[in-house]
Amino acid sequence: MKTFLTTTALVAVASAALAEGELNIYNWGNYTSPEMIEKFEKEHDVKVTITDYDSNDTALAKIKAGGHGFDIVVPSGTYIPIFVGENLLMELDPSELSNHGNIDPQWMDVKFDPGRKFSVPWQWGTVGVTVNTAVYGGDINDAAIILDPPEELKGKINVVPEMNDVMGMAIHYVGGETCTGDKEVLKKVRDVLVEAKKNWLSMDYGNIEKYAKGDLAAGVNWNGASMRARDQNADIAFGYPKTGYPVWMDNAAILADAKNVDNAKLFVNFIMEPENAAMLSAFAKYANGIAGSEEFMPEEMKSAPEIVVPADLKSAAYIAETCPPEVSKIYTQIWTELQK
Amino acid sequence: MANSAKGFDVRKQWGFTTIAAVCFVLLYLPVVLLVVYSFNAGTSVAIWEGFSLQWYRSAWDNQQVQEATVRSLVLAFWASLIATSAAVLAALATTRVRPFKGYSTVFAAINQPLMVPEIVTAVALLILFAGIKVQTGYTGLGYLVLAHSAFCIPFAYLPIRARLQGMDLTLEQAASDLYASPFQVFRRITLPQLWPGILAGAMLAFVISLDDVVITEFVKSAGQDTLPTYMLGQLRRVVTPEVNAISTVLLAISVTMVIAFFFLSRVKK
Amino acid sequence: MSDLAQSREKQERRNRWLLLTPALVILLIAASGPLLITLTYSFLTPGDYGGVEWRFSTEAWFNVIFQRDIFDDTLGFADAHLSILWRSVKLSLMTTIGAVILGFPTAYFIATRPPHSRDIWMLLIMIPFWTNLLIRTFAVMELIRNEGTVNSLLIWSGVIDQPIQILFTETAIMIGMLYVYLPLMVLPLYASMERLDFNLVEAGYDLYATRFAVLRRIILPLVKPGLIAGSILVFVPSLGAYVTPRVMGGGKQLMLGNLIELQFGQGRNWPLGAALSITLLAIVMVALIFYVRSAGREEVGHG
Repeated sequence: MKTFLTTTALVAVASAALAEGELNIYNWGNYTSPEMIEKFEKEHDVKVTITDYDSNDTALAKIKAGGHGFDIVVPSGTYIPIFVGENLLMELDPSELSNHGNIDPQWMDVKFDPGRKFSVPWQWGTVGVTVNTAVYGGDINDAAIILDPPEELKGKINVVPEMNDVMGMAIHYVGGETCTGDKEVLKKVRDVLVEAKKNWLSMDYGNIEKYAKGDLAAGVNWNGASMRARDQNADIAFGYPKTGYPVWMDNAAILADAKNVDNAKLFVNFIMEPENAAMLSAFAKYANGIAGSEEFMPEEMKSAPEIVVPADLKSAAYIAETCPPEVSKIYTQIWTELQK
Repeated sequence: MANSAKGFDVRKQWGFTTIAAVCFVLLYLPVVLLVVYSFNAGTSVAIWEGFSLQWYRSAWDNQQVQEATVRSLVLAFWASLIATSAAVLAALATTRVRPFKGYSTVFAAINQPLMVPEIVTAVALLILFAGIKVQTGYTGLGYLVLAHSAFCIPFAYLPIRARLQGMDLTLEQAASDLYASPFQVFRRITLPQLWPGILAGAMLAFVISLDDVVITEFVKSAGQDTLPTYMLGQLRRVVTPEVNAISTVLLAISVTMVIAFFFLSRVKK
Repeated sequence: MSDLAQSREKQERRNRWLLLTPALVILLIAASGPLLITLTYSFLTPGDYGGVEWRFSTEAWFNVIFQRDIFDDTLGFADAHLSILWRSVKLSLMTTIGAVILGFPTAYFIATRPPHSRDIWMLLIMIPFWTNLLIRTFAVMELIRNEGTVNSLLIWSGVIDQPIQILFTETAIMIGMLYVYLPLMVLPLYASMERLDFNLVEAGYDLYATRFAVLRRIILPLVKPGLIAGSILVFVPSLGAYVTPRVMGGGKQLMLGNLIELQFGQGRNWPLGAALSITLLAIVMVALIFYVRSAGREEVGHG
């Protein structure tokens, strides 16, 4: 015990001595490339500490409460307006960020952060359907695989428990608009979901090996996770529902009460360097929104069907949005009914 | 001790022994699987793809997971120590006494952490501690130790209380009559008799702290991930056998300790 | 004489509160304090994006039991909440019963080992729990999967010819909780059984005819405190369990813990989450106080 106490004391002293060169990143678990962090630490002589969260809501609640000690957070696009509205983020000055121009024009004037005043791209991806083509031979770009499944897929379907993505997919499936409050549409959505749920095996995360091994034959899934499943089983394919599928983006931002502002700026600029953004992608398995990063990407990701959206399905994509509270409330009720 | 006239020993209830054996098998079956998969060549915790030590190497290289493991153990050590000490005192005050005013309130207060789902305490503690963090600037491990100690108290208290409830008062009375000080009575008479209860309570408190996810997730400051919160972060993406490897190392250490313990206790005999 | 008795009683009272101080201080800061915050929150208006707005409202409490239909605005029971509550109570009860069935003989077995090896046996019960909760739960999942160990074994031995779907059912949640909470039953049982005088048990065997009678008349009354402690420790946390139902139930069957988490997370209705948890607390609290009252009376009766 004594040795332990001494060690702790030493560690405490050591970290205090390095205080100038620190950076605290608050990010999704298993999402930050260790190689990239190591490179950043070496280049700028900064000690980076990463702390994990597992949902946007947890991150928001903790940052809102204050006293957390984080410098950087990586919320999804749907949460950026909320963070900004609560004055939790520091406004960026593009002139201070030499790589700001590297942001892909497509991701520059996004609805959740026009002109990229508060956040820079981290990773982006789609929510579509993963299908085992050995089990189901039909068209995979169809939400009906989940919402009105064919006989051979029944009881072998998983749906990621993301309320907004699943609701969004179902709303578009019945012909509604993103974040609709139209009761007629929502009633259809509820009926479709309640009926479909009977054919679902689970509503769960982290199913890569279950898809690979055949426990699951289809599901609502993230594109990166689907790609990892395909690595283990070549029959796994990723479909983009033609009625509409959500596109999400996670974004790095500096917190308004950050203690290591200079290092945070260095870091935000650092991840917009194409080579570094490619390192992030190679680790997290998603695209990054930085122009010119493709040439540094691993070969298999450049052409992966999970990352390169087919041209004819591009228009079906919609950018996930923050729904107004009163609409959100109805969604929660439907969601609860679905899981009761 | 001699067998009873009926021809069987109460220490050998075969039905009970069989169920106990089944119970041990059930307890260890998943652990065996967990250990097996720590040597998996694939990235899965559920599909066997051949033998490899890669997850041990990867855990060895992963500073974040190592720090989280050590932090979990340190936290569990302090929380169980504090919770058990407080629980012993509280058990002495509330057991084998005449019912006093406020007894049910005290009992309910001690067991309150059991009754509130973790997420609720977690959110409320977040609000409370964040205020203190902003005011004092202190963001150390103290908050987690305090939060863990609190929810460990009932887990330590109930076994100790159960033990204390049936304990014989006469010995303590006798010692008291022989002018032993209350502290002497406690140390020499009460404590040794109470020991199995304390050990049970402390071990429960330790594992409860070791397993906690939700409260830790909300109370932790920058750089204070524990093994469970690290795992929670992984859950959405890929759970690799890396943590199996770490768990196996911890298991190996604890099994070695138990074996050493066993031989020591035999030597003492 | 009465003076003496009075001062002695006074001292006794002072000692009692002195002994209680450390536990109560910790609990006051990290358990009762948060509870007050929660209670306050249950009477406020939900913030637009999580959190609360400081406007008084009883809507959360109303919504615990009732709900307005989202489509035709009629008032009805919140049957989603009620069915989740019912599932939680049912599964927690089954888990507790399962824990007694497995835990009692195990504790008995340990308590009847030679004294110097009892601590070792107890440690052996605890060792599986030194491993990470999620990894351990995944291992249990692996056992009961369709192609998992248990099903393969049953098919191989010819007991069944189709795998039984256990995973992602209520049974799976129960198995998972039983596995996680079993030591919470075994340890208190052992702690109270260890002091059981086996001479008494032996005497019992000489007097009573059946083992069952011995169990009921001698062993059970003596280990009752441990049995009750264990049941509280298994039943109450099961009610609010979060991780096990989420993983083993595949997210399809919510329990109270998950429902409340949903309100604090994606549902963004903190007051409803707070009201739901106070409801849960009240139910358990009433049961516990009832138990303490009756147990207290009994203790005095014996003394």
